[in-house]
Amino acid sequence: MDFSFTEEQQMIRDMSRKFADDVVMPRAEELEKTGEYPYDILAQMADLGMMGIPFPENYGGSGGDWTGMHLCIEELSRGDATLGALLDVTTSVVAQELYEFGTEEQKQKWLIPMAQGKEIGAFGLTEPGAGSDAGATKTTAQLNGDEWVINGTKQFITNIGLDTASIVIITARTKSTEERKRDQINTYIVPKGTQGFTLGKRYDKMSWQHSATHECIFEDCRIPRGYFLGKEGRGFAQHLAVLQTGRISIAAMSVGLAQACFEASLKYAKERVQFGQPIYNFQGVSFKIADMAMNIELARNMYLKACWLKDNNMPHVLEAAYAKLFASEMCEKVASDAYQIHGGYGFMNEYAVSRYYKGCKILQIVEGTSEVQRMVISRNLG
Amino acid sequence: MNIVACVKQVPDTEALIKVKPDGSGIEEGGIKWVMNPYDEFGVEEALKLKEKLGGEVTVVSVGPARTMETIRTALAMGAEKGIHIDDPALYNADAYTTANALAAAIKEIPYDIIFCGQRAIDGDMGQVGSILAELLDIPQCTIVTKLDVGDGKATAVKPIEGAQLVLETSLPCVITAQKGLNEPRYASLPGIMKAKKKPVDVKNAAALGISVEPKAKIEKMTPPPARPPGKIIEGEDPAAKAAEVIRLLREEAKVI
Repeated sequence: MDFSFTEEQQMIRDMSRKFADDVVMPRAEELEKTGEYPYDILAQMADLGMMGIPFPENYGGSGGDWTGMHLCIEELSRGDATLGALLDVTTSVVAQELYEFGTEEQKQKWLIPMAQGKEIGAFGLTEPGAGSDAGATKTTAQLNGDEWVINGTKQFITNIGLDTASIVIITARTKSTEERKRDQINTYIVPKGTQGFTLGKRYDKMSWQHSATHECIFEDCRIPRGYFLGKEGRGFAQHLAVLQTGRISIAAMSVGLAQACFEASLKYAKERVQFGQPIYNFQGVSFKIADMAMNIELARNMYLKACWLKDNNMPHVLEAAYAKLFASEMCEKVASDAYQIHGGYGFMNEYAVSRYYKGCKILQIVEGTSEVQRMVISRNLG
Repeated sequence: MNIVACVKQVPDTEALIKVKPDGSGIEEGGIKWVMNPYDEFGVEEALKLKEKLGGEVTVVSVGPARTMETIRTALAMGAEKGIHIDDPALYNADAYTTANALAAAIKEIPYDIIFCGQRAIDGDMGQVGSILAELLDIPQCTIVTKLDVGDGKATAVKPIEGAQLVLETSLPCVITAQKGLNEPRYASLPGIMKAKKKPVDVKNAAALGISVEPKAKIEKMTPPPARPPGKIIEGEDPAAKAAEVIRLLREEAKVI
């Protein structure tokens, strides 16, 4: 057994941490306040090759692995969780789906600019009537000559509002026919700007203000036949396969956010004096921080194990679900304790913990709620 | 252009430094090691120079096996190859012995300009770059914040008390980098992935044919004395409090 990182993973981690400290952290508060996307930070991430870490160079990637990519997600999320979400949705989910299931033409057209960070991808699974029950999708796609005609609505679509967002990958239902008795759910690539594809109003959210989230509306939206992604009838399974990586990404984000909470709490508790001494001297405070440090390390080990399994092409359904569930719930507890340690200051927007607290809850929802993770786990226990 | 950048691996600026109980050095367990920040300026300037004038950058370092991480970091930033001088007799060597080892390795390769950090943040001696220049018998510009190279010469700006010196020198020369010279780049992901494939020569003192006899020896390290707690002068009357401050400055602190 070997717990050490490769030299490359260590360097990715060090570089990402430095980048988060120097470039991301000083901007995080302003970004949350204005809701404006930091395109300049995105451009720097693209130049550094962060958007395509796990993909080979001939597809615009950096030739790294999923472990390195998730170390990068953790470190960026320590600075600003929405940048972790950017890597989650674009790289772990959309780009991976193109890489795993796309045709060569699709990879050339969309994967390469995405891995290079020039374009951003969005993922459309959720609908007004299809959340955790993602199979209940009502959006339809019907073949008409050489075109697919799409109708329906996808909601809560992260990053689709960004200027550089190129496509949304969606699931849609194809109605049964006489030869095929059952409906099929398939996957389609819809470029932004396609006629019949409009964005609804930008959502006003509790946190992550700058990850421009919109509704996607498809009204007789026609795309070429070649924008079908993957195998017929396998669309839902393809989505679930890449969401497994998305779960690891949310775990890494949770660990990064929790680490930020821990660091802020440790610093504050050692500086804040009450009853004539730093409050870190009181076990009511220091034990909370001890628990934080321990739980963060446990969650980190779990997501890294899931990454290791993925990098070694081994099954990791359970491990990805364990990592996501444990890390996201841990993060909420850590953020809550960080707030508690900061007392009244935790309520003030000028203290980062207030932002951390607002940003942690969603981690238990995205890429499968905690309840869905428990479903996945219990169904895979034999 | 053949460019050399000398780097040292040092404890992270945020590392908690503890002196060993016997005073022979610091506890190294649990320390995170990084490239000396001043050397990073040197590496960055070397890379910028290569991008402007062409050529290649060789990074040279003295230290134990872990030093390879720092060499790889420089390679990930964009240097072409490395030389790792790894010999137990040179671990924690004094400035002269270190510079002598660097000089021996650099003499074996072509060089037009050599960058060092102006000092390392661990030992804080600030001597290696200068001794290296002397041993190679070439000019040096130290503590440089701006550099122009072209037409076989280098023009360097060095801040001094209340003014700045503009130095011009022929090549080859040694430049020691000061904060402000540039903003070091991050190692890019493709750079990181390629770093391992770049060549690094590992050499010991015997291979370089150098003496490892130190000129200076550290007798003992001691932690700095704990800072005494501050004193708050209580009272209602500002004039009386001021008088008390003066009395304490005169009688206890003995500074006035």
